[in-house]
Amino acid sequence: MAPIATFMPDAARRRRVQRTLAGYFFISPGLLGLALFLVGPLIYSLWLSLTEWDIISPPVFVGLENFRTAFLDDKLFWVSLYVTVRYTLVAVPLTLIAALAAALLLDLNIRGISGFRAIYYLPAMTPAVASVVLWRWIFNSEFGLLNYILDFVGLPKVEWLISADVVMYSFWIMALWSIGPMMIIFLAGLHGVPRTLYEAAEVDGANAWRKLWAVTIPQLSPVILFNLVIGLINTFQVFTAGYLLTAGGPKNATLFYVLYTYRNAFEWLKMGYAASLSWVLFAIVMVMTIFIFRSLGRAVHYEAG
Amino acid sequence: MNTISTEAVQGRPAAGLGAGTSPMGTERSRLLGNLGAWGLLSLGGIIMLVPFLWMVLMSFKSLDEVYTFPPQILPNQFLFSNYAEVWDQVPVARFFSNSATVAISATLGVLLTSSLGGYSFARIDYPGRNTIFLLYLSTMMIPFAVIMIPLFVQMRMLGWINSLYALIVPGLFSAWGTFLMRQFMMGIPKELEEAAEIDGCGHFRIYSTIIMPLCKPVLATLAIFTFMGFWNDFLWPLIVISSRDLKTLPLGLAGFQQKVALNTPWHLVMALAVVSVLPILLIFIIGQKYYVRGIVTSGLKGAA
Repeated sequence: MAPIATFMPDAARRRRVQRTLAGYFFISPGLLGLALFLVGPLIYSLWLSLTEWDIISPPVFVGLENFRTAFLDDKLFWVSLYVTVRYTLVAVPLTLIAALAAALLLDLNIRGISGFRAIYYLPAMTPAVASVVLWRWIFNSEFGLLNYILDFVGLPKVEWLISADVVMYSFWIMALWSIGPMMIIFLAGLHGVPRTLYEAAEVDGANAWRKLWAVTIPQLSPVILFNLVIGLINTFQVFTAGYLLTAGGPKNATLFYVLYTYRNAFEWLKMGYAASLSWVLFAIVMVMTIFIFRSLGRAVHYEAG
Repeated sequence: MNTISTEAVQGRPAAGLGAGTSPMGTERSRLLGNLGAWGLLSLGGIIMLVPFLWMVLMSFKSLDEVYTFPPQILPNQFLFSNYAEVWDQVPVARFFSNSATVAISATLGVLLTSSLGGYSFARIDYPGRNTIFLLYLSTMMIPFAVIMIPLFVQMRMLGWINSLYALIVPGLFSAWGTFLMRQFMMGIPKELEEAAEIDGCGHFRIYSTIIMPLCKPVLATLAIFTFMGFWNDFLWPLIVISSRDLKTLPLGLAGFQQKVALNTPWHLVMALAVVSVLPILLIFIIGQKYYVRGIVTSGLKGAA
């Protein structure tokens, strides 16, 4: 039938209509879901951010008042922003480098490598809450494993979760433990590096270190960029550890941004204010992403074609 | 173009650092390099493994053995009874079945909606398709924190606070999953369905009898990721569930470890933690290939 149809405009049009109907039919469940549970709430949240609302009485429109309060009057807003930025600025480069180093090692063709790979994935398999619970005990000042190791090598004990000066280090250590997914992306990227480039480098007499900087890193740059952006976005939204491990303390030293937003919304019932905080987060994440793509995008090496 | 691009990570000669030097004279330095790499890997491996092992070991200790310094590495006796004891203190079976209900239903939903959506994007040409696809892509950037408040209000209006519906229904759709399915379906040759079309097959027949059977690997990947995501989720259940009988495992675990301030029964907490890890570990062992592949396709193809 098909070849005849092309000579018949009516039939062709009918097929086109059919195709369109089919297309929308197949996409409709997902589209409906996104509209109802993502785009709809997004717009609703934008409106909420312009109101004052305790969830009991009806919302009151206050314009940009929430944003003014956050920026000018709310000390905790700045504290939570500072805490989050500080955490991110260390955690992201740290995990990026560690994940890359681990991937480089796990890419080697040596004895026992598949066993090592399984071990390195293990933390990524541990549910966030379970790993937080686990680390809470490891960080325990009195009975924890970490202080035992310090004690063993003759160093003084550290108040990992109690001292406001130290607590962030505990979070960085935990971040380091969870490099799994990032590392797997690097591993996959390493497999895409053309073998011939290494051979060419060897002909030129390059050693392993030189090959890393002249071949591996440039070839891997799109993957590095991807991990950087995803890492930033995820790290900026850290919640579970701050909520369960330290409840934002000591002295608000781990009052992460999403935790502060959560408290405003669900503990203090300041729904409108919390909504505006979440939009500030959205804006920061967007600006960060665009900025990174603008500034680093050009330095990234893409395969021709 | 979008074939799944790696036999990821499984034994292919390494192209990286230590390997590939010319034979003979460099053999010794290669060996030395491998030894160094082995040392570094072991060091990292210990850091990765020890906390995990510690959790498992603790779950078998007695309370006295937990509260000692220096800590006792191995329990005098492996107390499997800890697992029974935690069962008595919190409704573990309840938590478990709640988690399973949510994770399984949401995963099935995501598989269905994403494969339908992926089919629409990849295999049907119609006006408006690219616009909708762009909309899909842009929703992937929205942080959950922006959605959580209005979504909570929505669930409240629907009367779904303290109901598993609140955990399942908003999760039945996934832009990321749809994207993943589309990428895979684009790689399936067009000729396959042209033959079917001539035979007069409608799109739904093509989708269910030709495309879906070919999509098994990517469906496995999507299933693993979705299941893990729902099994591990904490923030959203925390917002909409407070009734003890409706808690998922992470929620139950969090509540259990917070409840007792002094003399927390850490051995029991760890036992519950182990229970929450086991299914994920099992799935990972069964589907490791698909897990790694999924990160590869979604990650790399999305980036480059």
